[in-house]
Amino acid sequence: MNNLSLILTATALLGVSGVPAILCRRGWLPGQRIAAGLMVAGSILGLAGTGRALAGPLPELWIAAWGLPIGQFAVAIDGLSLVFLLPIFVVPGVGAIYGLGYWSGVSQVESGRRLGFFYGLLAAAMALVVIARDGVLFLIVWEVMAVAAFFVATVEDEKGEVRRAGWIYLIATHLGTLCLIAMFALLHQATSSWALTPMASGAVAPKLTTGIFLLGLVGFGVKAGLMPVHVWLPGAHANAPSHVSAVMSGVMLKMGVYGIVRLTGILPAGPVWWGGLLLGVGALSGVLGIAFAIGQGDLKRLLAYSSIENIGIITMGVGLAVLGRSMERPEWIVLGLGGAVLHMWNHSLFKSLLFLTAGAVIHAVRSREIEKLGGLAKRMPVTAAFFVLGAVAICALPPLNGFVSEYVIYVGLLQTALSGAGAAWPASLGAVALALIGALAAACFVRLLGTVFLGEPRSSATAEAHEPGLSLLLPMAVLGGMCAALGLAPWLTIRLVERAASAWQGVPGRLAFPLEQTTQLTMVGVMGWVLLLMVALLLVVLKVALRGKAIGRTGTWDCGYARPTARMQYTGSSFGQSLVGLFGWALWPRRREPLVKGALPAPSSFSSEVPDTVLDRLVLPAFRFADYFLPWLRLLQQGRIHVYLLYILGAVLALLLWGLTGS
Amino acid sequence: MMNLLIHVILLVVLPPLLLGVINKTKALFAGRRGPPVLQAYYDIIKLMRKGLVLSRTTTWIFVAAPAVGLATILLAGLLVPQGASRSPILFTGDLILFAYLLGLGRFFTTAAALDTGSPFEGMGAAREVTFACLAEPALLFGLLVLVRLSGSLTMDGMLHGPLKVPLGPVAAPLVLVAIGLFIVLLAESCRIPVDDPNTHLELTMIHEVMVLDHSGPLLGMILYGAAIKLFVLGAILLHVVAPFQFGHAGLDWGLFVVEMLALAVLIGIVESVMARLQMRHVPYLLISAVLFCGFGFALLIR
Repeated sequence: MNNLSLILTATALLGVSGVPAILCRRGWLPGQRIAAGLMVAGSILGLAGTGRALAGPLPELWIAAWGLPIGQFAVAIDGLSLVFLLPIFVVPGVGAIYGLGYWSGVSQVESGRRLGFFYGLLAAAMALVVIARDGVLFLIVWEVMAVAAFFVATVEDEKGEVRRAGWIYLIATHLGTLCLIAMFALLHQATSSWALTPMASGAVAPKLTTGIFLLGLVGFGVKAGLMPVHVWLPGAHANAPSHVSAVMSGVMLKMGVYGIVRLTGILPAGPVWWGGLLLGVGALSGVLGIAFAIGQGDLKRLLAYSSIENIGIITMGVGLAVLGRSMERPEWIVLGLGGAVLHMWNHSLFKSLLFLTAGAVIHAVRSREIEKLGGLAKRMPVTAAFFVLGAVAICALPPLNGFVSEYVIYVGLLQTALSGAGAAWPASLGAVALALIGALAAACFVRLLGTVFLGEPRSSATAEAHEPGLSLLLPMAVLGGMCAALGLAPWLTIRLVERAASAWQGVPGRLAFPLEQTTQLTMVGVMGWVLLLMVALLLVVLKVALRGKAIGRTGTWDCGYARPTARMQYTGSSFGQSLVGLFGWALWPRRREPLVKGALPAPSSFSSEVPDTVLDRLVLPAFRFADYFLPWLRLLQQGRIHVYLLYILGAVLALLLWGLTGS
Repeated sequence: MMNLLIHVILLVVLPPLLLGVINKTKALFAGRRGPPVLQAYYDIIKLMRKGLVLSRTTTWIFVAAPAVGLATILLAGLLVPQGASRSPILFTGDLILFAYLLGLGRFFTTAAALDTGSPFEGMGAAREVTFACLAEPALLFGLLVLVRLSGSLTMDGMLHGPLKVPLGPVAAPLVLVAIGLFIVLLAESCRIPVDDPNTHLELTMIHEVMVLDHSGPLLGMILYGAAIKLFVLGAILLHVVAPFQFGHAGLDWGLFVVEMLALAVLIGIVESVMARLQMRHVPYLLISAVLFCGFGFALLIR
């Protein structure tokens, strides 16, 4: 059995995993267990295929005819597909185990069937997206993915908030798909083929390739959640069940990244500003994404904004690679694209881990509001430890995996800054932006850690929280273990990354600048071990110093105040206030200040929030405007299927007429 | 080998002396006799021999944070060359590790502050992370200038030995970067005008307020780590200010120690002649650091 058919079988297993649960009407639990079992089996099979393919010759291609008038069923795996397949075969699988404990209530049976079915379908569609080599097939599975994601994200559709987030997602994703349809049409016009294979340079007019590039950037950017077309992302991720958020944030966003990477690999080398644009968009998404995250009071909205930040970092890496392609600097390509795919993969691990820990918190407390939490590290120590692991990793701090990938991107940017060519400026500013992002991310996650897990509980539900069961902890352990392993043994990833880079450049075999020469990943890993050793040594020193000494226990220093309460703690919003103020020009925070007048002021209240600037101040008003001025268009919307069929027939006839007269 | 040994010994032994020199200088300006120059050593040794009082609110993070903070800054110190010694650890892009090690230390220090649930410490932690968001870009701009000047991506290549290009054309950027890095140094090591290590009013502090609840060996580790941070950042600044070397190991070590003590005196003078800034003005100072380093970079690359 070759590797491609192994991966296709695995994909089929993922796709049908939810079907038994729908068929077995009587009991719900067995169906759900079968679904999780199929997901895990499919994932293991897929990982086996991916691993074997990495060692073997690439690419593997399989083409089958289908009955449709256009396109064909063409799938293939190359280095780029493999690196994007990995998260698809890891995160949904562990998420399914998590779902056993997370989505198990009796009242959730009906929604659970739907969730299970579309969850598997989503995973299978994503796997097909990254192996599709035909434009038509790509668009079909892309659409299946988008719709499946809609149904899993809106599984709690009895809540108005969930429905609203779902609609915004559905509209945004279809606007993105519209751009993609236009893009594939142009691509077909340029090459007169639907095949997704590299184009010969010089064969196509530069104007056309620029159009394709821009349409692709917008279309895939919507899915990836790049600013300013990220509007659907925070709401959808916040309102989905936590293991679905993990899949959406950890894997589905990466499909947008995959699109951008694949497209820039297909197109001939473009002008220098392509790379500059990607770097700029990436830096903007990175800085503003994390700045918005600091202002959020909803645990999962915050994590969603931080995904925008990480997608920004990945896009910066892709931008560097595109820059290197335009300026014929292969070492920038390896560092930029290598860093980007590495960060893509790392982000899918630590962001999923964080969403799963957030899910455990929500499971225990029934609230996503961080201002109601606190002190959970005492009540859920294992979850808290995994959260710390994920937070350190996502802040790109050593010795975990986030640092490794940002290190590769940094080295690429610094090499470019050193080169003295015209790219030195954007690369240097990119490096400074990355430093700013790093500092902001640390601020954001210290705030989250402190408000949710440290200090004293701010509500009674929080005070009674308890550690979740094994089916929730096990997936966290898997993801956390991988974060640690990739941080402490980064050399494991070198081959994977290099195969992706060579596939993107279209040169088989060894790279001109292998990663091991341009960076020193081995040293980075060793430094992680040294750091751990030093911390352990110092803890031993501490232990020795304290031997035989008294360790007193008392309350926190309170300036002599007699009755401190949990409400006196620094809240999450006060912690982030000065940073939100510094970024006020982009965040436009809303504040309701208390009115204090007279000697004996009446009771008053204070509230502050950071709404999404693009969605709440631009997109929604624009839609309201359209709603006000375009009601006459509703004449077309009859709500009867035969009328719509009539429209389709009319359009087809009109096109036929146009085609006949045109030619 | 000898140089390496001296490097490690200086890194471990010298830093508390800088605090003593700073305090002596301030005492001199104030017309006092001041504490002995070795006072910081006495304090740290005394603290290491004491017991511990922990808040009932705290978790393992509170205890681990000082160890993580000290370990990160010690490892960072091994990346920066001193005097005649090259960096004991050097590899491509180690400047990134340097910056992110400081970040890891800060992550745990601020998390430990929040671990107490105290509003004062939350306030200090919030200020610390906010100011870090301005100090880190400034530091990176500064390092970028050094990268461009040396053509090297290691701290050792950037900072060891004399300047590799003629001084004339790069003097202006170096001066700007030196000012910017000096501000970063003052902010990172909690000196006036950003923070006042001597104040005892919780509301007005940054670093000191974050460690209100730390005691005994934990506090000792924090004080020691802060001194090492001053020393390590000082070693970087010294290269920007005075990129000269004799080429003789003994003389270079002597020069390094003298320069370092002179830097401590300079910090003491700054602390004596200036007042602490209002808290809301501190960001402006740090933004000016970003601008100094940024303009230095712009001058170099134009």
